[in-house]
Amino acid sequence: MSEARAPSTVGAAWLVARKDLAIEFRTRTAFFSALVFAVLALCIFYFAWDESIIAPAQRAPGVLWVVLAFSALLGLQRSFGIEEHDRGIDALLVSPISREAIYLGKAIGNLLFLCAIQLITIPALALFYNLPVGRPLLVVTGIVLLAMIGIVAIGTLFSAMAVNTRLAELLLPMLSLPFFVPILMNAAQATTRVLADRPLAESWPWLKILLAFDIVFVVACTLAFPFTLEE
Amino acid sequence: MADTPLPSSLTVELSLVSRTFGRRRAVDDVDLSLHAGDCLALFGPNGAGKTTLLRLIAGLLKPTSGSVRVCGHSLRDDAAARAHVGLISHQSMLYRALSARENVEFAASLYGVPDPRGAAVRALERMRILDRADAPVRALSRGLQQRVSIARAIVHEPSVVLLDEPYTGLDAAGGAALTEMLRLLRSSGASLILVTHNVEEGLAVASHAAVMLDGRIARHDDCATLDPPIYAGEYRELVLRGIDQEMSLDIGVSA
Repeated sequence: MSEARAPSTVGAAWLVARKDLAIEFRTRTAFFSALVFAVLALCIFYFAWDESIIAPAQRAPGVLWVVLAFSALLGLQRSFGIEEHDRGIDALLVSPISREAIYLGKAIGNLLFLCAIQLITIPALALFYNLPVGRPLLVVTGIVLLAMIGIVAIGTLFSAMAVNTRLAELLLPMLSLPFFVPILMNAAQATTRVLADRPLAESWPWLKILLAFDIVFVVACTLAFPFTLEE
Repeated sequence: MADTPLPSSLTVELSLVSRTFGRRRAVDDVDLSLHAGDCLALFGPNGAGKTTLLRLIAGLLKPTSGSVRVCGHSLRDDAAARAHVGLISHQSMLYRALSARENVEFAASLYGVPDPRGAAVRALERMRILDRADAPVRALSRGLQQRVSIARAIVHEPSVVLLDEPYTGLDAAGGAALTEMLRLLRSSGASLILVTHNVEEGLAVASHAAVMLDGRIARHDDCATLDPPIYAGEYRELVLRGIDQEMSLDIGVSA
């Protein structure tokens, strides 16, 4: 054997994430489907309500989190799907990288993928719902990022669990959505306050709970992931 | 036929390994050992447990009982030890959207091979597919994908190579390149386990041959004592007898 030395967990995770993003960049299937869904949902929600009853800016937080949760599911679905086609996952499993690195790599890839979707969704939301551009929107972007970490942690784990089942498309939302609830609830509460131009201190308790959920989900899912791969 | 093996050191060691799926015993108390430079050709009918045995050795499956050690390590417990193994499976284990070179380079990076790009080019060259290195895998024929898959499995120069039907889909040139590469791997001290249905092809590179029936090693021979045509006849007879016996048991008649 040559003087090969297996990459560290972080190095291996980055290799897996880079590979996933390269595949998505070539095919763009998940990106476009998630993006089309997000923009279409923003339009539908905009025209569904009477502006004279509820102002668009007041609807924005709810719309944002519904769109974000479901577009995330579209992206997460493909995460382990690309491994299943020709059993690429076996090549990862026989390599000297740890199972945790595979999980973290997949999660980083999913996070970057979802960030790319949000780069278009958040400005579109601001445009449709006449949101104040500047500091509030920056804070909302930060909240989205924080919520995405938890959503991706849960979604990546369940994507691995669901992929081998016949009802993968149904099973992933069924398993994930109940776990998304605490994240979405806290994120929506914080977003509402930020967009209502209330002091950031009012959102802080919600953000702390959100952060706590992120930490718990990332740690628990990283530890649980190797068990999802047992046959 | 067999090349001269290098001085012996145990690379693969299976001790009373069994694996069950529900009530079915896919691998049943298998004892097996391979030394550096050995090549075991493993024959047997469909469903005999050959692929399960390879997946157990590769660490993809956990044995229900018994122990599997590769180069003295349990691959399931020791991630770094997995660098000793290269696996060629039924499926290509390639990413269709990536090019042949990107697939092999990615594998080289996972194994921490210095200069993964150079290693990928060399592996593709050995499998005579360098001219299609930048083509996406989805644009390659089944045989060419198989060559890329083999290049992926050997890019890190493993000590143990597990090959599950590697000749599937290969044309004469691809088959010759593979046989030549297997001989080269053996002479460099790698141990090989070659699962195939083609007895002549298997014996052309093997130092040992075994027949698996119903999860068990039914016969194990040293190739130095074998005459390929006679062995092929005996093998077919053994397999057919095994199938007959199974069918008789299924319909409740003693064989």
